[in-house]
Amino acid sequence: MIRKIILLAFTLGCSLLFIFQLINLQLFSPNYTELSNNNAIEKRPIYPNRGLIYDRNGVLIVTNQPVYDLMVVPENLVSFDTLELISFLDISKQYLIEKLKKSNRFSHKLPSIVIRQISKEEHASFQEKMWKYPSFYFQKKSVRDYLIPTASNLLGYTSKINPRELKNKTDYNIGEMIGRQGIEKTYEQELRGEKGISFFQKDRFNRIIGPYKDRIFDKNPIISDNLNLTIDVLLQQYGESLLINKRGGIVAIEPSSGEVLALVTAPNYNPNLLIGRERSKNFKILVSDTVAKPLFNRGLQAEYSPGSPFKTLNALIGLQEKVITPETVFTCNKGFSYARGAFMKCHCPIGTKNKLVRGIYNSCNSFFGKTYSKIIESAPSSAEGLDRWKTHLEKFGLGNYLGYDLPIGKKGFIPSSSYYDNWYKKGGWKSSTTISNAIGQGEVLTTPIQMANFTATIANRGYFFKPHFTKPKSQKIRDSLYPKNYTLIEPQHFETVIEGMHQVVERGTARIAKIKDIKVCGKTGTAENFIRLNNEKKQLTDHSIFVAFAPKENPKIAIAVFIENGYWGSRWAAPIASLMIEKYLNGTVKRSWLEKRMLEGSLMDEYAKPLSGNSFTINE
Amino acid sequence: MPNHFPEILSLLMNNTIFSKLDWLSVILYLALVCFGIINIYSTTYTEDFFNFETLNNSVTKQFWIFVFCISIFPFILFTKPIFLEHLSFVFYGLSLLSLFGLFMFGHTISGANSWYLIGGLSIQPSEFAKIATTMVLALNLSSIQNSMSQKRTLLKVFFIITLPMTLIILQPDPGSALVFMGLFFVLIREGLDLRVLYFGIAFFILFIFTLLFGSLATSLGASFLVFVVFFIQKRFASKTRKTSFLLSLGVFILFSYSVNFIFNSFFKQRHRDRFNIILGLNTDKQGIGYNINQSKIAIGSGGFSGKGFLNGTQTKGNFVPKQHTDYIFSTIGEEWGFIGSSLLIIAFTIFILRIIYRAERQNLAYRRIFSYAFASMLFIHFFINIGMTLGLVPTVGIPLPFISYGGSNLIAFSIMFFIYLNFDANRLN
Repeated sequence: MIRKIILLAFTLGCSLLFIFQLINLQLFSPNYTELSNNNAIEKRPIYPNRGLIYDRNGVLIVTNQPVYDLMVVPENLVSFDTLELISFLDISKQYLIEKLKKSNRFSHKLPSIVIRQISKEEHASFQEKMWKYPSFYFQKKSVRDYLIPTASNLLGYTSKINPRELKNKTDYNIGEMIGRQGIEKTYEQELRGEKGISFFQKDRFNRIIGPYKDRIFDKNPIISDNLNLTIDVLLQQYGESLLINKRGGIVAIEPSSGEVLALVTAPNYNPNLLIGRERSKNFKILVSDTVAKPLFNRGLQAEYSPGSPFKTLNALIGLQEKVITPETVFTCNKGFSYARGAFMKCHCPIGTKNKLVRGIYNSCNSFFGKTYSKIIESAPSSAEGLDRWKTHLEKFGLGNYLGYDLPIGKKGFIPSSSYYDNWYKKGGWKSSTTISNAIGQGEVLTTPIQMANFTATIANRGYFFKPHFTKPKSQKIRDSLYPKNYTLIEPQHFETVIEGMHQVVERGTARIAKIKDIKVCGKTGTAENFIRLNNEKKQLTDHSIFVAFAPKENPKIAIAVFIENGYWGSRWAAPIASLMIEKYLNGTVKRSWLEKRMLEGSLMDEYAKPLSGNSFTINE
Repeated sequence: MPNHFPEILSLLMNNTIFSKLDWLSVILYLALVCFGIINIYSTTYTEDFFNFETLNNSVTKQFWIFVFCISIFPFILFTKPIFLEHLSFVFYGLSLLSLFGLFMFGHTISGANSWYLIGGLSIQPSEFAKIATTMVLALNLSSIQNSMSQKRTLLKVFFIITLPMTLIILQPDPGSALVFMGLFFVLIREGLDLRVLYFGIAFFILFIFTLLFGSLATSLGASFLVFVVFFIQKRFASKTRKTSFLLSLGVFILFSYSVNFIFNSFFKQRHRDRFNIILGLNTDKQGIGYNINQSKIAIGSGGFSGKGFLNGTQTKGNFVPKQHTDYIFSTIGEEWGFIGSSLLIIAFTIFILRIIYRAERQNLAYRRIFSYAFASMLFIHFFINIGMTLGLVPTVGIPLPFISYGGSNLIAFSIMFFIYLNFDANRLN
């Protein structure tokens, strides 16, 4: 009878319907698991502290320090002493109100940051007042701490990864710190370590209510190894102090390894400017200084005419190509005429007969002009001669990136025959057309680190190791990363040139660079330079240049110093290089009179000249 | 000392009411309540900090209420059935009185004035009104003077049921009132014109189809079906009643065209929303559809074997509201998976079917109707509650008997169950 089975049928039908729906939801809708995980599980990265950075002698330069974000959960806001808070945090009332409103818009129940990166000192003094502000709390974060405020351009800096970068770097999280520039950028992978993950259980307001499944899925972070720089921090700091109120760069390399001992660029900035609350404000100031360019690494990025130090390379090429010998004599008559109606001036008295060594220590333009001509013209054609010359130079690491372990650099420039074919017309040029290359002016451009590197190559008598800024972890890695790069010059040719460079310091242009008991080999340079000022090419005071290595036998340091608009190489660059060498080899500097002159000397007036708007005189 | 236990047990089993007890349903009852307590524990369990509501004691409360139920079990079991029958009207009167009393002494919890607060205990009289109404209904229908074909009886029955319902709606607690509709199955069983059922089903289907597909399509579909049925009947039946077919068709079309009016003027916005969510006409998963969506996520993410006891992330995160009461099935689905939740559904189904089966064996009308009404009440709770958490039935805030947290509900259903056991065990007395 139908009445008896109606409820029965409804009950059975209903439970079948339920089981059908359960099958549908639980067995055939896999996305519910994902939805549930999105809902309820929060993956939070645990960041290991960034790796510490030491100098070559184990002096700790960069470590980490805690900073504190002031947090608020709008839901918990109660009235507080606004005046005290804003005066303590040094913010305007309007800013605070705006921040709190923004937090509330973001979420009523989730924490928001009110003030970022309050320093540990500020935090400590505020801590005792915190009881008055139950609505707020501090969240600890870790940022860089520069124990020795040095080498900012070399070290680079860290900042939060931006959303654009996040698209390409999927293993980063929002808000994670990433290395920018310098060592921090190159060794980002090594320094950041390996993130850990912890899983949290969220509630429906997205609040964390506890660890997920007793942390069984959690992964601990792995702290990275420490990084040992090749930099000698004392030398670095000394170099920086020598360049105060000057513009330019110093690069010092250990020839026997290619390790960079110091990379100084001036003007510089204090690396501590780029951490904490004021970071973005300070960064803007640094970026907007387009005249002094404190973020521009002159040691790596500035392409200058190498000037007279370049003559040593021409001498070596000349010897190797057998267009000159150590005994070759060229006569200088206050210069020489290299083409009809074209004369290259020199400071040698009329009738000076120079051999190579004397040509170097007197920096005779005629000698090297003639040598250059012979190098180019000894080949079947000027083009072949020039390209052969270029090949030699490339072997010294010029005209291309050196391949060191920092993210920035410049190629410099060594012209090729096709460059001149383009410029003039094919066959429309010869050595006389490009004679400025003989003395390191003209088309040739190098960066200070390239100059330091070729100096190291000369010091090594014919090879160099790629310059680098961090110590490899083992000898094996060192050998594979930094093999010897040989030049095409036979070793015996170097001795003559080195003797010439030694005489530069002993009795030549850079006698001021002489150090007691140390045989210094060097070469001064004074390079003409021009800028465009109001659409007019304007010559500025020459750059002061000096390259050197020491001691002569078994060299420990090769150095290039470049002082913008310093005039004679012997005026600024040579003393500075000499002081650096003395500091590095002896640990102390005895010539305090010279040190004082260099430390206190300023070229700021010189730099102000072209900006003054008035006409000015150069090379005073 | 010799072990006398088997002898005592056999003595009990052979010579007392225990031998005639419906042990299957007793076991199911105990299993359901225990399973309920386990899940209430899970919904209120927090691993460490951040316990923002003091729900911790709901488990202990439910446990002691269970103990209380067990302790009153012998009293109900050993009461003479006839005594219970005679008290029907007294209970009904007390029930109505307590429902009236709410308007003066009641306590409001989440908008409904449905509770008495007595010494820290909150008592919900509408739960107990279910027992009394069932008893009085059974008493009336079992009376020889009354028959479902009499208008007088129908009127009486109508008042018996709608009186408490009206009082409950006024609290306002329409959910609790709605479950009295379960008694409709009792009326059908006891002789209510079956056409009421057919038309009821027809109107329900028309209602849903009109909301989904509009009046015109629904009317055309209904017409087509009516004509098909008409011609089939014409071929096989000896006589056909053309006018009644046309009349019902007219009523159907009229109803279909008035659905929107009914829906928009008799329903409140939140009720309309609930229908729209279930029918997929509104997919606002953050706002009004949030509960249903989260409940489905919880159940769906349970998968085949569930996330395990105390491991439900949806449950721990309180994503589903009222999880220890109305939405407890979502916890079961999440933590016990398809195995656990389908077993619960099967257990519940067996429990209801068992009671229907045993009710039908009763010779005395009062007892049969009471037991049958108990089964109907269980069914309507089962259908609405689990249907709601599965996203099949619009949201109605009623508990799942024996499983959900709620003292009054557990006591009321336990009492009804014990009375059923009493009647069933005393079937031959």
